[in-house]
Amino acid sequence: MTNQITDTEAGTSLWQDAWLRMRKNKIALASILVFTITCFFCFVIAWFCKDPNQVNLANKFSGPSSEHWIGTDALGRDLFSRILYGGQVSILVGLIATAVSVTIGIIYGALAGFFGGRVDAIMMRIVDTLFSIPFLMIVIVLQAVLSEWSRDTSAWIVTNLNWDKGFTDRITNVLPLFFALGLLGWLTLARIVRAQVQSLKEREFVEAATSLGLSKLTILFRHIIPNTLGPTVVYATLTVPGFIMYEATLSYLGLGVESPNSSWGILIKEGANYLETNPQLLIFPGIIFSITLFALNFLGDGLRDALDVRASKD
Amino acid sequence: MRQFLIFFATLAALVMSGCDSSQTAVDKATDEGILIMGNTSEPKGLDPHIVSGVLENNVIRALFEGLVVEHPSKDGVALPGMAEKWYPKDPQKPDEWIFELRKDAQWSDGTPITADDFIFSFRRILTPALASDYSFMLYYIRDAEPYHKSQRTHLLCRNIAPFKDNWDIVKGVDLGPNGEAELDFNKKGIDHLKTEEMLELQKDPSLFKWPENISEEIRALVVDKNLEFARSGKSLWELINFGATAEGPHTLKVKLNSPIPFLPEITKHYTWFPVPRHALEKYGKEKVWERIPEWTYPENIVSNGAFILSSWKFNEHIEVKRNPKYWDAKNVGINGIRYLPISNLYTEDRMYFDGQMHLTYSLAPELIKYSRERYPNEVRNELYLGTYFIRTNVTREPFTDPRVRIAFSKAMDQEALIENVLKGGQKPAGGLVPPFGEYEASNSVGFDPEGARKLLAEAGFPGGEGLPDIEFLTTDKETAKAMAEALQAMWKQNLGANVKIKQMEWTSYITTMFEKKYDLAAGGWIGDYLDPLTFLDMWMKDGGNNRTGWHSPEFEVLLKKAADTGDPQNRYRILEEAESLFLSERPILPLYWYTRNYLIHQDLKGWDPLILDNHPYKFLKLKREQKSKSGK
Amino acid sequence: MIRFIINRLLQGLLVLFALYTITFFLAKAMPGEPFTTEKNISEEAKAYQRAIYGLDKSIFEQYVRYPINIITEGSFAVSTSKGRPVRDIIAQSFPNSLILGLSALGIAICIGVPLGVISAIRKNSWVDWGSMSIAMIGICVPAFTVGPLLQIYIAAHLPGLKVAGWGSPVDILLPALTLGLTTAAYLARLTRGGMLEILSQDFIRTARAKGVPSNKLITRHALRGGLLPAIAFIGPSFAALISGSFIVETIFQVPGMGQHFVNAVIARDEFLLLGVALFFGFLIVIMNLAADILTGVLDPRVRLDSNQK
Repeated sequence: MTNQITDTEAGTSLWQDAWLRMRKNKIALASILVFTITCFFCFVIAWFCKDPNQVNLANKFSGPSSEHWIGTDALGRDLFSRILYGGQVSILVGLIATAVSVTIGIIYGALAGFFGGRVDAIMMRIVDTLFSIPFLMIVIVLQAVLSEWSRDTSAWIVTNLNWDKGFTDRITNVLPLFFALGLLGWLTLARIVRAQVQSLKEREFVEAATSLGLSKLTILFRHIIPNTLGPTVVYATLTVPGFIMYEATLSYLGLGVESPNSSWGILIKEGANYLETNPQLLIFPGIIFSITLFALNFLGDGLRDALDVRASKD
Repeated sequence: MRQFLIFFATLAALVMSGCDSSQTAVDKATDEGILIMGNTSEPKGLDPHIVSGVLENNVIRALFEGLVVEHPSKDGVALPGMAEKWYPKDPQKPDEWIFELRKDAQWSDGTPITADDFIFSFRRILTPALASDYSFMLYYIRDAEPYHKSQRTHLLCRNIAPFKDNWDIVKGVDLGPNGEAELDFNKKGIDHLKTEEMLELQKDPSLFKWPENISEEIRALVVDKNLEFARSGKSLWELINFGATAEGPHTLKVKLNSPIPFLPEITKHYTWFPVPRHALEKYGKEKVWERIPEWTYPENIVSNGAFILSSWKFNEHIEVKRNPKYWDAKNVGINGIRYLPISNLYTEDRMYFDGQMHLTYSLAPELIKYSRERYPNEVRNELYLGTYFIRTNVTREPFTDPRVRIAFSKAMDQEALIENVLKGGQKPAGGLVPPFGEYEASNSVGFDPEGARKLLAEAGFPGGEGLPDIEFLTTDKETAKAMAEALQAMWKQNLGANVKIKQMEWTSYITTMFEKKYDLAAGGWIGDYLDPLTFLDMWMKDGGNNRTGWHSPEFEVLLKKAADTGDPQNRYRILEEAESLFLSERPILPLYWYTRNYLIHQDLKGWDPLILDNHPYKFLKLKREQKSKSGK
Repeated sequence: MIRFIINRLLQGLLVLFALYTITFFLAKAMPGEPFTTEKNISEEAKAYQRAIYGLDKSIFEQYVRYPINIITEGSFAVSTSKGRPVRDIIAQSFPNSLILGLSALGIAICIGVPLGVISAIRKNSWVDWGSMSIAMIGICVPAFTVGPLLQIYIAAHLPGLKVAGWGSPVDILLPALTLGLTTAAYLARLTRGGMLEILSQDFIRTARAKGVPSNKLITRHALRGGLLPAIAFIGPSFAALISGSFIVETIFQVPGMGQHFVNAVIARDEFLLLGVALFFGFLIVIMNLAADILTGVLDPRVRLDSNQK
């Protein structure tokens, strides 16, 4: 079948087709498995582990033992458990912030690239402006504005909805973080999508669709955007580590994970100070971080391949 | 392929070109007699009357010299600087000092230095329009404070009846600016009203809110006097009886508000250094009282210290070189100094290991053990005049109760914190004022978890029950975070208290602390001069550095008593009593006394421990040691 | 084309103006003041300090004064945290950032693009996975780890390389490498993605069937389209390299502009902040314009000022 453009009557849809292709891609499947295992560890196994915040100064920097599977950190806290709990925040941050920025970025970039002319000019100049604002300023202002808000909201939720206090506190602390990251994370993605759409809209299939009488927006969302998903997916997987590391910076400024809770970003940032003396503090979180990223990226590649409508079937 | 080969060949050539295999940068510098030292950050300026930081001090000390010079190895000893001799007029009551200046002192352009230079300089730093951060260092001089704060009314009225004997009447009036007042004129303060505004006030006295106990008569008198002065067009300087006077070109007389036996120590601070009037006047005769950054640039600057500024490459380095016109030039041991503004601790240490400098500003805690193992003779750990403490907000529950405060203080395991988190050989603080000289440091602060629990129970929170969540404010530095987390765990374990850590970047942290929006706040204090008063006088009622909301009339009575005591030993005893009282209420929780950890190259001689770390550079020497860095 | 460029530059002015307004008001919204010091200063001194910098005037007056001063005197005000004119600070630090940024970009392109192309050509072979894994290192190992690693394990052992500092040309190498690695990784992956899109298209098949040799196929036909996502990325990324190099600058002691973006915010130095933000905005406008022109050159189907048909 040559005409695969989302013909929902005959044959498989784009997405079903994509899934079929994915299933054959061993690396992508392996990546899904690895990522699922990591999530399982961080979200399920973590509950059975030691308290990640239990300080024990006498036992700092210890090596692997039966009690502490990969040893302890600078304050004697269990490193294994800290990595797992830290993963909760980092994975959530990475995925949610990426999802938000991808959604905004695709829609924004596609609209700009498709309509061109003045619409494009205005939209892109807005992007230029937002890109140039020193992000740190926004963070500090947000932090000043939201710290009271998060405390009050947390108190309200605990009293009125009866949620667990520790859990609620963590959520209300981290939410503004998502907000801050999502606010500006979509900008470069929008540019990339725009470039793609600009090139795609001149193609024959668009002309064909127009002559079929399809509305502009339908063409955009059902025909053009799916074709941009390749580089988009690839770039999206690249933004995940950026978000995770940036969260560490934000947490230090009070807008994010509250001490003594941790995240991969924080563990890596602090571990880097011990490069000469206790490199295991950097290496172990670094390895988990890297494995997750590798998995996400190969998964992204798999997705890209799967969504590539013109890929040869052999 | 070919392009890659060419690329790599060029790269290798570049690398080799920068290669001087026999000598490191530090070896070369030693041979040239140049000291290379880390200075943490780019200075905000080099005008001694404007800046207020330690790193600026490090450069200013090389360029300028004050009345006396710090001894290279003994704390509390003053050597001749611009002054050859100095003594109080009455040793029993040292409230008037004479400084005999040396006759051969010159500025670096040859102009002779006289007592007038000092009077000018004191006046300059006290000029309100210069807006110096550190003017208060000169408040000991008679009439310095009222001049700096433009306390017009005080100066006008203090010698006339009815104020002369009843000054308490008008002192109650807030005549200076009060940002929180309602009325516009109260916001500005009577002392700052212009002529037109004074006229308005004269016509309508209700424009200013006066306290109840001031009679109409007195109010009118105050306004009249101010108006008369404003109309006269005189300057406030003509009104005062400034304590510093020049009795001849080489004799400086300084009258103080109260006897201060340690005045020479205070003059070691750069706020007391002279600046060259004739060099400032090049920018305009009236501009000498304003900020002119250009005068400190290498091509313009004129100074009187052992070195002159030879190069200032913004954010790269500052270089000073030998000043031939310095009075003691023949005894200056090194030829110059290069300051590197390295803000990253680890980069600085690694540069040291790589042979790029003689002296670091600090040593990262994580690298202390590592350095001791590899460079055992090059690691220094010295006492520094400062205390790290945690402020409590005594205006907020639960810290309104001193028992709770002391409980939290006793629950901190200082030794464990120092050994495991700070690792810098700091000393657990037994009190607020660190030990030095003849002052007996307190030992009432210490780790006592049992006692802490008892006190907390007495205060009504047995086992931590009923305690609200406590907010602990701290900065975004990594060591601050580690310390906060350790303390959080200690308070939880020993008291059952729930402490939440609030990390913020520096300016937000300071602002939040100033606004008292915290329960506990990490902080510290470094002494400005070698006397307990620098640690104690900040806790007065409206002391600008207090920030806790605590005050105590008894405490202030003791401080006043000490101020009126001439004999140093008695004075110390009174101050010890004041500190004791302070600690019994413990509005702050002292944690440790500072030490400085840093790396120092074997080639550098004459750098001995000084508790204020204000080493006089002229006594240093650089000599190549046989063994150079290991590892190269 | 000329009209297009002028049009874009005019739009750029609008961008700068919007940027100025947002940054100005955000700066005022931040808690704290430029003269916040740990040791207390009297109210009077603070009032005088504000007056010296013109911060005692009404917000409206300050807002209007700044651009007027730029136009009439070419003055970008004096930095409150450094005590020198903002213009001098930028003039001294920008060249260093430029050199560092260009070098990093050069390294990124030299490493990233070839890796991406090779991976796309030999898709799903171990060459592909190998190159992508190498590229991933740039992403997984952040700058504040790469930098110290290079310092400890390479610079400390090679006599020609200094651990940190910025004096001779060879000092550019390590910081540029640290900075460029992440961008290289992004470029590698984006190039691979873009090349794969192109390579699966019909016209490539046609060309291959016609017997066009492989490397000509790549360079002549595929590269133009394949580089599109990479180019769209390079525009903003170059500007980001110049401004976001804070970490690399502090690790390697490079006197560049990146640190001002962070330090000016913390010091509440709004004049330095505005100067640096506006300068950065200016760079962004120029770089995006260049990227768009390049895109138009490489893909003639993209009409630069196209309106919907």
